[in-house]
Amino acid sequence: MLETFLVRAVHVALHLTTALLLPPLLPGLIAKTKAMVAGRTGPPVLQLYYDLARLSRKRAVFSRTTTWVFLAGPVGTVAAVATASLLVPFGSSPAPLHFQGDAVFFAYLFGLARFLTVLSALDTGSAFEGMGAAREVSFAVLAEPALFLGFAALAKSTGSLSLSTMLASPGFSFSRAMAPLILVLAGWAIVYLAENSRIPVDDPNTHLELTMIHEVMVLDHSGRPLALVLYGASLKLLVLGALLIGPLFTRAFGGLLNWAAFWGLLVLLAVGVGLVESFTARLRMNRVPQFLVAGILATAFAFLLLLV
Amino acid sequence: MILFGATLLLAFLSGLPGLFMKRGGGRSAALLMGSSAASGLLAALQVLLGRATGAVALPNQRVLDWGFLHLDPLGAIFLIPVCILFGSASVYGLAYWDDHRENSRTVRAAFGVLAGFLILLTGAQHAFTFLLGWEGMALAAFVLVMAEDRDPATRRAGYVYLAATHTGTLFLFSAFALLPKAAGGLAFGPWTPGFASSPLGSALFLLFLAGFAFKAGALPLHFWLPPAHSAAPSHVSAVMSGVLIKMGILGLARLVAWVPDPPIWWGGSVTALGLASGVLGVAFALGQHDLKRLLAYHSIENIGIILLGLGLGLIGKHAGSLPIQLLGFGGALLHVVNHALFKGLLFLAAGSAAKAAGTRDLEALGGLARRMPRTSLAFLAGAWAICGLPPLNGFVSEWMIYLAAFQGLGRPHALWSVAALGALALIGALALACFAKAFGAAFLGEARSPAAVEARESPPSMVGPMGVLAGACAFIGFFPVLLGRPLDRAATQLAGAQGPPLAAMASLTMLSLMALPLLAGAWMLVRWSRGRSFREGVPTWDCGYTAPAARMQYTASSFAEGLMRGMRWVLWPVTAGGRVAGFVPRPRPFSSHLPDLVLDRAAEPGLGGAARGLGALRFLQAGHLPIYLLYVLLTLLGLFVWMVA
Repeated sequence: MLETFLVRAVHVALHLTTALLLPPLLPGLIAKTKAMVAGRTGPPVLQLYYDLARLSRKRAVFSRTTTWVFLAGPVGTVAAVATASLLVPFGSSPAPLHFQGDAVFFAYLFGLARFLTVLSALDTGSAFEGMGAAREVSFAVLAEPALFLGFAALAKSTGSLSLSTMLASPGFSFSRAMAPLILVLAGWAIVYLAENSRIPVDDPNTHLELTMIHEVMVLDHSGRPLALVLYGASLKLLVLGALLIGPLFTRAFGGLLNWAAFWGLLVLLAVGVGLVESFTARLRMNRVPQFLVAGILATAFAFLLLLV
Repeated sequence: MILFGATLLLAFLSGLPGLFMKRGGGRSAALLMGSSAASGLLAALQVLLGRATGAVALPNQRVLDWGFLHLDPLGAIFLIPVCILFGSASVYGLAYWDDHRENSRTVRAAFGVLAGFLILLTGAQHAFTFLLGWEGMALAAFVLVMAEDRDPATRRAGYVYLAATHTGTLFLFSAFALLPKAAGGLAFGPWTPGFASSPLGSALFLLFLAGFAFKAGALPLHFWLPPAHSAAPSHVSAVMSGVLIKMGILGLARLVAWVPDPPIWWGGSVTALGLASGVLGVAFALGQHDLKRLLAYHSIENIGIILLGLGLGLIGKHAGSLPIQLLGFGGALLHVVNHALFKGLLFLAAGSAAKAAGTRDLEALGGLARRMPRTSLAFLAGAWAICGLPPLNGFVSEWMIYLAAFQGLGRPHALWSVAALGALALIGALALACFAKAFGAAFLGEARSPAAVEARESPPSMVGPMGVLAGACAFIGFFPVLLGRPLDRAATQLAGAQGPPLAAMASLTMLSLMALPLLAGAWMLVRWSRGRSFREGVPTWDCGYTAPAARMQYTASSFAEGLMRGMRWVLWPVTAGGRVAGFVPRPRPFSSHLPDLVLDRAAEPGLGGAARGLGALRFLQAGHLPIYLLYVLLTLLGLFVWMVA
């Protein structure tokens, strides 16, 4: 009794530490991968940690147009995504909190983060930030159904509505749900790239505000709020990444092996994103919807396959 | 019994003293309406929390035990938003529609009468009382919509509304005329098993569906709703959108409760109506420039969500699955209450902003958050809730409907469930886009017109009611578990059998628990990010522009433009101008407009054509007495021949 409780406590502690401390590593890994593919040295892997430390010492500047809504964007994003991190299983170890239907709550927390970020962008009264906000909400309209159709397919094959059992039911990739699972993961990979504003949907490194989505919405943030924005973006990479990694665990690893495997796959995911960014170009803005519709189609077909 | 009767009487009479008073009529009306609301809430709670005696024996409040009028759990669920909304709207009306208006007395009297008929409808248990309430409600609402009848747009909206509501009533009259065949009388009661599948049962369902969908504003019978809601005074729009259109849902819910064995196509058609209303309602909302018209289209969207819940529940009733029924019906009923609260809040806030800035045009508003902080906070709370974002109330009801759809995945007819899931996700994302646009354009950024610069915060009597509604939204969002039992009662009445409790099925306590890390995290982060010193009062950086101006802001139309272009094959927006030519282009005007698909493109041209075509028959009505006598004679002769033959 006491022993299982202690094991559980260690797992929860590891979960929280991973969710809180690991995220800034991922953008560093992506940048390093891109630099190495391009034959450059690139910034250190821990660059984002240094940036966060520096920004938290800096003074913030608030425009006279803004209200308290301006701060709600960065704060709300981190709070919502951190709450969502409590619901998603890391590897095959169940999430600290799980209940029937937490998948919907999880998705709506990301909606909340998007709503507040967009309002925060509109609060500045800047044309560029309005543009980015409009693109963000428009593309989300196509990403959201793909996410939910994926949930529907997994819910049908596992008979559960909780992320902890939907994603981490060990060994089900060998059953007849194999093909639908691949389709769901393919659809979600598209959602992953879109939600995290990566190439080919969005380019976080471009110098041209007219072509950006996420970065252009946060142009006016500075100091600690900017640190929250950067940290929130990396947290999103990790939490949504756990969604993709979970079903890859073909069997339940016990104890620390689970964590080692999870961290390893997370690193692989970041390297994978870096490779995608190295070898593809950003899509033209009017092509992005087609790319996202591919995600909807993949997840919808996954569900149809489960029906037959 | 006494409570419900008092509620009814107080509401009916609330505007009456004001008719004979020189001043202070508004206060007396608000006082009477407030006490009516208080006693109505008590009556509803008594019914919903009372002790149930048997498996499906439900508590109720009888008035004059003739079977015409008693409040059961289903009616009580609808009585709650009626009371809250009318109570707060009548206080709001004190300053919003003050005594300087020449028709303030009429408006107050009609407002009270409307409240009375709505309360009557929640307790109606007989075709007679139901139709009485239905017709009274329609006429009282017509008077209120016409409050500003100097404006030709208002007159048009009023007449469209009157024609639409009476067409709907016509369907209901024929449906109720057929009701004795199904239920053995005009009193409301269960139908004989098997009747629903008979041809007459199908006809009866279609008649009821048409009549109720007209009132609820489900697509494609929604066309009266946007003009009427935007023409009416804001506190009237709040109650119309919040509770009046819900009476269509009440009617449908009664129908669901009567039928023990609905065929599958009933659930399918209600779900399909929900899909169409939900997705197209929010899509049309995105293209609106008028703040109140935008909110009106969102009512259509939310009616769609409610219909999705009812439809999924009906499919569950057909398949005999209690969890689907309870989650679907419970979610739909909770969304009725929730939508009344946040849509009422949004209309009141929109009215406050429009009154202060003198316009409802999104392209002329802007920057109100600095000038009207309380109103903008209220609007933000309403927008937050209507987008279904946690931890406010909109999420709770949408969540139950999601769960109902997920429950249906592993059963036959799973395609309806997955269609509902996809639609709910799409609606959620579109609603978020639409309210980001509405709140962003009206309240954030810089003011776009001189009038918006001059806007000042509304008086406490207008802000207070908004606070009450926002508080109710937060209360339901944070403590949904308290609603588990009342919803169980009402959903049980619709399902006809007792099932597992909703609070357990929908893990309602977990929702309260999840709000905790969210709020605590947000609080800590706000503390942390304000911890350093900061500099304020500088212009927006905007990539180095030295003098950002209000005209450089992204407009509401531009914000929605991408989505509108993606959906132009269904919405058919109309744009004019905007094409620039040459190396140094001259200023060009540009305008875009989104006409209503049914009213402007089908109903009005169609009915106009019909009127012209039927004009050919006008010679029959020549207006001469001898001709009419001739008609009488001919009819008599015809009858005579028919009887002999």
